Amino acid sequence: MNIMSEAAVEKALDQKMSDANFKMVGKDVSVYYGEKRALFDVNLNVRKNTVTALIGPSGCGKSTFLRTLNRMNDTIEGCRVTGKITLDQSDIYDPSVDVVELRARVGMVFQKPNPFPKSIYENIAYGPRIHGLSRNKSDLDQIVENSLVKAGLWNEVKDRLLEPGTGLSGGQQQRLCIARAVAVSPEVILMDEPCSALDPIATAKVEELIHELRANFTIVIVTHSMQQAARVSQRTAMFHLGNLVEENDTDKMFTNPDDQRTQDYIMGRFG
Amino acid sequence: MSSAALTDTVSAAGVDWHSDEMKARRRARYASDRRLQIYGIIAITFALGFLAILVGSLTFTGYTAFTQTVATIEIDLSTAKVDPANIGEADWRGIVRGALRAQVPEMRRSDERKFFEMFTSSAPFLVRDAVVDDPGRLTGKSSFTIPMADPVDQLAKGAISRDIPENQRRINDKQIGMYDQLVANGVISKPFNWGLFFNADSRFPELAGLAGAISGSFWSLLVCFVISFPIGIAAAIYLEEFAPKNRFTDLIEVNINNLAAVPSVVFGLLGLAVFLGWLGLPRSAPLVGGFVLALMTLPTLIIVTRVSLKSVPSSIREAALGVGASKHEAIFHHILPLAMPTVMTGSIISLARALGETAPLLLIGMNAFITSPPEGVFAASTALPTQIYIWADSPERGFVSRTSAAILVLLAFLVLMNGIAIFLRQRFERRW
Amino acid sequence: MSGYLLAILALAALVMHFVGSARARATQNGASEKTHSRPIYHGLNAAIWTGVPAFIFLLLWLAGQNSVINQLVVASFPGSESLDATTRSLIMSEVRQVAAGNIFKEPTPEIQAAVTHLKSLQQISAIAMVAVIAALMAIGAFLGYKVIGNRFRARHSVERSVTYFMMFSSLVAIVTTLGIIASLVFEALQFFAKVPITEFLFGLRWEPQIAIRADQVAGQGAFGVIPVLFGTFVISLISMIVAVPTGILSAIYLTEYADKRFRAVIKPLLEILAGVPTVVYGFFAVLTVAPAVRSLGISLGIESSPNSALAAGAVMGVMIIPFISSLSDDALAAVPTAMREGSFALGATKGETIRKVLLPAALPGIVGGVLLALSRAVGETMIVVMAAGLIAKMTVNPFDAVTTVTVQIVTLLIGDSEFDNPKTLAAFALGLILFIVTLILNLIALRTVRKYREKY
Repeated sequence: MNIMSEAAVEKALDQKMSDANFKMVGKDVSVYYGEKRALFDVNLNVRKNTVTALIGPSGCGKSTFLRTLNRMNDTIEGCRVTGKITLDQSDIYDPSVDVVELRARVGMVFQKPNPFPKSIYENIAYGPRIHGLSRNKSDLDQIVENSLVKAGLWNEVKDRLLEPGTGLSGGQQQRLCIARAVAVSPEVILMDEPCSALDPIATAKVEELIHELRANFTIVIVTHSMQQAARVSQRTAMFHLGNLVEENDTDKMFTNPDDQRTQDYIMGRFG
Repeated sequence: MSSAALTDTVSAAGVDWHSDEMKARRRARYASDRRLQIYGIIAITFALGFLAILVGSLTFTGYTAFTQTVATIEIDLSTAKVDPANIGEADWRGIVRGALRAQVPEMRRSDERKFFEMFTSSAPFLVRDAVVDDPGRLTGKSSFTIPMADPVDQLAKGAISRDIPENQRRINDKQIGMYDQLVANGVISKPFNWGLFFNADSRFPELAGLAGAISGSFWSLLVCFVISFPIGIAAAIYLEEFAPKNRFTDLIEVNINNLAAVPSVVFGLLGLAVFLGWLGLPRSAPLVGGFVLALMTLPTLIIVTRVSLKSVPSSIREAALGVGASKHEAIFHHILPLAMPTVMTGSIISLARALGETAPLLLIGMNAFITSPPEGVFAASTALPTQIYIWADSPERGFVSRTSAAILVLLAFLVLMNGIAIFLRQRFERRW
Repeated sequence: MSGYLLAILALAALVMHFVGSARARATQNGASEKTHSRPIYHGLNAAIWTGVPAFIFLLLWLAGQNSVINQLVVASFPGSESLDATTRSLIMSEVRQVAAGNIFKEPTPEIQAAVTHLKSLQQISAIAMVAVIAALMAIGAFLGYKVIGNRFRARHSVERSVTYFMMFSSLVAIVTTLGIIASLVFEALQFFAKVPITEFLFGLRWEPQIAIRADQVAGQGAFGVIPVLFGTFVISLISMIVAVPTGILSAIYLTEYADKRFRAVIKPLLEILAGVPTVVYGFFAVLTVAPAVRSLGISLGIESSPNSALAAGAVMGVMIIPFISSLSDDALAAVPTAMREGSFALGATKGETIRKVLLPAALPGIVGGVLLALSRAVGETMIVVMAAGLIAKMTVNPFDAVTTVTVQIVTLLIGDSEFDNPKTLAAFALGLILFIVTLILNLIALRTVRKYREKY
């Protein structure tokens, strides 16, 4: 009888999955800052409409990997990426790829809320305006409202849309930044420790928001809080010293990880 | 691969990133990005192009002033009636004219006046002074170098063309003929114009030089440095290390920042009213010029010194205090020496700025016409930039190229000073 | 002579330094109690007491003696009570000229007498000065020597002197400002006594030349400052039109687009433009730019003057470019990277990020820089003195000649100036206006820039 080995079956399954469910695929991704190597041949797949959490001790390369997914590393001088990363099966590092389009499709939210020094309305309208996503003023008003609703901020700010975004509280600012990313209707949203600058109540709100956004978006989130990873994500990837240690279902990861290092990290033995 | 490589053209949210409209839009956006970049390049090119034209045109008009057309004439003084005990009293005018006349023997008497005009009108004095310096010349033949007057100099350098009609140039056809004969006689040459550096000012371009201006600038800068350097450092140390933080020191601080931006001409008015008017100091003196320049450089110097004091890490101060040094000792033995390279760099750059300042010096009269270099800080004098201003205002053609040459000399001093400052910075400055 | 005195002072102080340190060392050897200060401080203290009081006295004497002697001489001049200030200063300058040996015409007996008087006063002054200085030095040296002992806190004494010097030094800036204000206001008030201030501020004609011929005409509106201010405005405006876009665009290119090496080469080259002395720009404007502008104007069929506002303004604009460029550069660099990343992450191009995020965020800093630059343009002197006109004209034709405040100040004051001529005093009134305008611009600019710095 022709029995396929277990590994082969898994490989075939993986192949099938990548065609169907993987939104982004990273293959042998390495990143260099000048002479220094920050990532070592990372292979990681991001599933559609899933929250994928990247965890690991600080300096492990999780943020670096996140920033390769929408080529934000391009803005850093001396940074070089090798390997292959695809979005819907097409290579995003191909020379012909339009970074502007890529970043519109793969949005990003940063560690520290960074609203532009403009009004709340203008903050949201910025993306749709530059990409030409609205035909007229009422279109744009609609996009702004929808985005703020999706970010759960509408009721809090609907009466002061023309006030500066920098006047909001930290948590509101971060949700404003999420609304700003959502307004461009991206397919993937990258979040780089979005709650690290927020208090617990604001954090809870943002986490709730992430949960809701999952219906429409694919989300990759970097977090240093394992509880947060456990709360918001379905898949978790553990990084250590620039290597991907393990990638698994979040439930499995936090109960019965395959790798000893993951176990140690989760138990709080390092990091 | 084209950008269509991102194959999933319709995103989940329904934006078709690959519609023709979107593609056109992105092309337009990139074009606008490139436009901004091109505007930037144009702006930089404009600014640097202007600089290049500035330096180029000054060099082009100025380089000719570094040579001077002269006639080297043999004069036999043994036959001349000169009393060795009283050289100055001899008829030098007659002697020199006779010697010059001999160069063009067939000249008619009526042309003599035009002929003598071709040589500098100070020729008799030049010969006299040369003989006073070396009375041995009285015993026989010796040759004297006589600068040609400005129009001849311009002709020799090609600045006056022979092609333009006679009545439009300051040298007529006869004079050109006599000049050609002098050239044929082999007496005309164009050596390096040392006079530019060793003569004082003169009404005649062929004799005018920068010696007075350079020494005037030197004395002014010396006074400026002697006053502003110690006071600037002392003020900076006080404000940075000792002054209590209150409204008065705040006021001093705002005042210093503001003073650094007060127009220089206002400092000139201050100098005129206070130093000349109220204190009765001598007009046109480098001393007063130095005072005014010192007041102008002081704010910048204080600011630079404070920044460099601030950049010395406080651990150094704590270490000094920790071994029992007094606050003064910590500052003067440790912090100030470490800050010194930056302070020196800053003061040289400030001095370079002061060297180029013109307006305040004009107001205190350093644009006087003075034909000998000043012997100290009380003597009336010009300075390099005011000399440039005077020459630029003079109508004689020869002063145009001399002005440019003076500017080149000034720029050379500035380059030298800034070069020293940059060298000091790179050699000694520490980064903490 | 004061030079010799200074040298003697320095020498005496140096000698006392060594004498003092030696004595301190001697007393410390074999002393039972612990000494407070090291010998070098005793030496320094002795040197300071010997030299500094005498030095301060010397400066005060030199600063004061001329005016005192002048007053004494004039007072002794026959019939001086009935003379006005102008005649007095005329007499005094003649006396001084004669005393210095510059005799243009045979001096009158009165003048001769005054000269003799002056010379004797000068002699007395010199002798008195030397005597007082010698006494001060001797007392200082004696006290400085006497006080040396193990208990004497020489270090404290020295450090106190140093602190006083530093406090005095930091007051110099304040004194300078006060001196500027005092001299401008004092002379301007004298001017307003001759020409009504309303006439000056609102008059539409500026013809100071008329006023020298007969002081009486001064009241007839020849000192109206409006056309001069207008000319200043026109030239400053032209220079800003040249400098602001060029400066900001080059700053944008250098901070956001250019690579490091390009920036390292180009930025210092741009800074050279700010280091070129203004008299050089002035000459260049006259030599090269003005003729070019004029022929351009003529070819366009516009009435053109050889010293057009456009030439002066444009050259001034170029001088200001690096100023605006480096301040905009600072302002752009101060915008946090987070703003750039936020914009890039939304898929904005660099150009969009710059135009829509960075420039608005950096605006206060840039505006502050532009205001500082404007204050420079208003106060800039040599370029306009050489390249702009002398006649005050109210015209907006950039090819025509206008005059500026600084041009008028310099032309009114160049040459010999007498202090009570309205022409001379008018320069100080103009100076006062210039000072106030630039002060306001600077204060607003410095405040805007500072606030902006605090924001990020």
